[in-house]
Amino acid sequence: MSTLFGVSTQALFGQLLLGLINGSFYAMLSLGLAVIFGMLNVINFTHGAQFMMGAFVAWMILNWFGLPYWAALVIAPIVIAAVGIVLERLFLRRLYHLDHLYGLLLTFGIAIIIEGLFRYQFGSSGQAYDNPIPGGQNLGFMFLPYYRGWVVAVSLAVCLGTWYVIERTKLGSYLRAATENPALVQAFGINVPRMIMLTYGFGVGLAALAGVLAAPMQNVSALMGTNLIVVVFAVVVIGGMGSIMGSIVTGFALGIVEGFTKVFYPEASNSVIFVIMAIVLLIKPAGLFGTAR
Amino acid sequence: MKLSTMLIGAAALALASGGAQAQVKLGVLNDMSSLYADIGGKGSVLAAQLAVEDFGGSVLGQPVTIVFGDHQNKPDVGSGIAKQWLDTDHVTAIVDVPTSSVALAIQEVMRDKKRIFLMSGPASSDISGKACSPYGFQLTYDTYALAHGTGGALVKQGGDTWFFLTSDYAFGHALERDTADAVTKAGGKVLGAVRHPLNTQDFSSFLLQAQASKAKVIGLANAGGDTINSIKQAAEFGIVSGGQRLAGLLVFISDVHALGLKTAQGLVITDAWYWDMNDESRAWAKRFMAKNDNKAPSFTQAGVYSEVLHYLQAVKAAGTVDADKVAAEFRKAPIDDFMGHNVRIREDGRAEREFLLVQVKKPDESKYAYDYYKILSKIPASEALRPLSESECPLVKKS
Amino acid sequence: MQRYVIPIILIALALVAPAVVYPVFLMKALCFALFALAFNLLIGYVGLLSFGHAAFFGGAAYITAHTVKVLGWSPELGILAGVLAATAMGVVIGALAIRRQGIYFAMITLALSQMVYFYALQAKFTHGEDGIQAVPRLPMFGFIHIHNDLTLYYVVLAIFLFGFWIVYRTIHSPFGQVLKAIRENEPRAISLGYNVERYKLLAFVLSTALAGLAGATKSIVFQLASLTDVQWQMSGEVVLMTLVGGLGTVFGPVVGAFVVVTMQTYLAEYGEWVQVIQGVIFVIVVLLFRRGIVGEILALWRRQRPAPAVAPAPAE
Repeated sequence: MSTLFGVSTQALFGQLLLGLINGSFYAMLSLGLAVIFGMLNVINFTHGAQFMMGAFVAWMILNWFGLPYWAALVIAPIVIAAVGIVLERLFLRRLYHLDHLYGLLLTFGIAIIIEGLFRYQFGSSGQAYDNPIPGGQNLGFMFLPYYRGWVVAVSLAVCLGTWYVIERTKLGSYLRAATENPALVQAFGINVPRMIMLTYGFGVGLAALAGVLAAPMQNVSALMGTNLIVVVFAVVVIGGMGSIMGSIVTGFALGIVEGFTKVFYPEASNSVIFVIMAIVLLIKPAGLFGTAR
Repeated sequence: MKLSTMLIGAAALALASGGAQAQVKLGVLNDMSSLYADIGGKGSVLAAQLAVEDFGGSVLGQPVTIVFGDHQNKPDVGSGIAKQWLDTDHVTAIVDVPTSSVALAIQEVMRDKKRIFLMSGPASSDISGKACSPYGFQLTYDTYALAHGTGGALVKQGGDTWFFLTSDYAFGHALERDTADAVTKAGGKVLGAVRHPLNTQDFSSFLLQAQASKAKVIGLANAGGDTINSIKQAAEFGIVSGGQRLAGLLVFISDVHALGLKTAQGLVITDAWYWDMNDESRAWAKRFMAKNDNKAPSFTQAGVYSEVLHYLQAVKAAGTVDADKVAAEFRKAPIDDFMGHNVRIREDGRAEREFLLVQVKKPDESKYAYDYYKILSKIPASEALRPLSESECPLVKKS
Repeated sequence: MQRYVIPIILIALALVAPAVVYPVFLMKALCFALFALAFNLLIGYVGLLSFGHAAFFGGAAYITAHTVKVLGWSPELGILAGVLAATAMGVVIGALAIRRQGIYFAMITLALSQMVYFYALQAKFTHGEDGIQAVPRLPMFGFIHIHNDLTLYYVVLAIFLFGFWIVYRTIHSPFGQVLKAIRENEPRAISLGYNVERYKLLAFVLSTALAGLAGATKSIVFQLASLTDVQWQMSGEVVLMTLVGGLGTVFGPVVGAFVVVTMQTYLAEYGEWVQVIQGVIFVIVVLLFRRGIVGEILALWRRQRPAPAVAPAPAE
């Protein structure tokens, strides 16, 4: 058994790969949050609950309608995005004129409601969701399940695709302009409230997609989103709120850092992201890729 | 004052003060909504109701009432509910309480307030060990029995190096400790352990460590949803196909149901009771299943029935709900029901029950719903339980 | 003299309350009321939403439980230890968090308190999921036998009144005025020459010390310190209590705490519904009743008074 830095290479690469997989989720979720925050200036606390709902929709359409995983990948984000849009129109919109903290509090309250309802209906021990691509490849230094490789691939594709749309296309430029100066952009005839609504829906859809990706790996349970969301917030703070590329890069990077920590100092693996956040705040309060707002 | 007046006055006083409290009120406290809900949950309340029905519905001239509560696996929530039940609702006995950390907290409350505590849910052997109480009774299983049953059996089959995946609380630690003891006594070696928080979703990094240790057996010192998740994800990572065995140290029939026979087949489990083991168990189980959505009872739920029935008999024999008298009667007569006959209760509160070593059937071996286990052997109480001579319980008099 | 009528009535009620209401319930409500008062000091008077106050509440609870149970200290020293621990954490976390404002401040406090949670999860002395149990109720100051729930209630009431008095004095002091100025318009306060960072940090530390006092007392009452006390859901609960009661009012947090604790106790049978109901109340309050119960009552009262009253209203 070869060793690297005193730890077996199998363990090291194994945990790094797991870290990359976790990083995929951090990246996708923090991307959604960053997009929403950039447009609406709202911290979407409901993100974790929407992630969880995505996974549940996948489970529901499998168990109630017999639709497989591949259908869920498309259906769940659309369904949950629609729910998100309703939320935005009915509730969030009323708070834009107030201190942004109220948006945070509202989404927090909604997150609690959603989690409570799902816990009531489904209990919290979770439901099983089968792995659509079972089996794996023995890479020599570790055994990589096919499904987990698929997750990384999808996540990279979606993140880079989103970045491209926002930074390099006309639609994206409208979005960015509306973020900076909504009144002016509206004066040009662009329907800004509709863009806001759709942006929120898109960010929420990203969360739901992450949920579908997670369903075969973890238990589909009402508690899936709650603890994940706080880590994602830390990721967004480190990356710089509102920076698209920042949240993607930071998400993957922090997943890998966490993986590293699990090998060398497992007790700290839960907190390492927060420690990094504290350090970044001391040195560069706007975040690694952010600009002070 | 004339003797007769005094006697009448005394009787009146006794009736006035004792009358209100002579009513037996049972509190079923367990996890109703989270990872242990299927093992106990509403099923335990049903089991208690069946016991009260079979006893006749009332004792000492008063009807028996049942209340229930959800401790959410949190010691503070559990002890809060217990205290409120005892102080304001006059509950006379608390029943079930899975999750050892909650049970230990409530043991203290019951010891303090002198009420009977009937446990069929928690597993930590410390409950009848160093945390034993004259009012607390551990009536089904404990971590020592599980460890010696499953641990001993697997070492005999050649699984002599172990790595533990442990739930990070009282139960997990006790189970790991007791199994490690059993393994080393049987000649095996423990290569390492990793602790995970309760209700973990993703076991991949822990399983990876277990895989890297190259231990022949990976001992799952956890329960409920955590065990199910560990087994499922172990399959994902090819742990069993890679040659390592999984030892589910505490697996309930509801877990096997959730996993499915395809994944769970071959698992060796130590069980305190199996619904299909004999005719009288089957008969009771059918009654239970009719009211429980056709889900088979776990041994903790059967345990609730057994302990409530025995408690009511003890109250009748004692003529009062006073905890000291009832505890004495409870210990005097052995437990006698479909779960076990002539089961004596030791001075540390442990019931001397026999255990079953079972193996999960292959899918084609199962002929009907919940036909999951093949009984490999019976483990007598003398082998399965910690001998009194080794007990750390201060109530046990060592000669 | 008139301004003392209401406080005197309330204190009298508090003194006789245990005759009617279960004392342990009252003590729980008082501890949370103190916690909410501490939290409100920051959000209501300085404008800083801390989403991580559970770290101080729970951290103090652990320290107190440990010193009393393991080190054998008497309760008043244990509580003092808890408060000092919370204050120390407050200084560190505050120094980091104050650097940002508004939402960023909230996120940072949330993330840093999560760190405290993970530490508590793993540290040996906290016993993880089991928590520190069976914390003995040793006699306080050597002679007050708090083993009796009733006696303990009066001790807790005294602690609560002490905390309340501190909050009240802070608000109605020059220091409190500067805090309000900072909340209203920070650049102007800076231009007036106030060291705004120092004031904010001081207010933060005071708030965490009081939150610690609440947590330390709670661990003595319930003889238990557990992970629930440091989880972020606990931070969310104190936000709920303060919002429901009335942000920025003196009595609001107390009312809010009593409402929420009552609801949790009487709806305990319904498990998840308590959470759903709390969420619904949260949403309704944020959308429609931002002033909270006490805030709405005060607004009604003020509308009914014919002339602009000079009488010192407790809120402003």
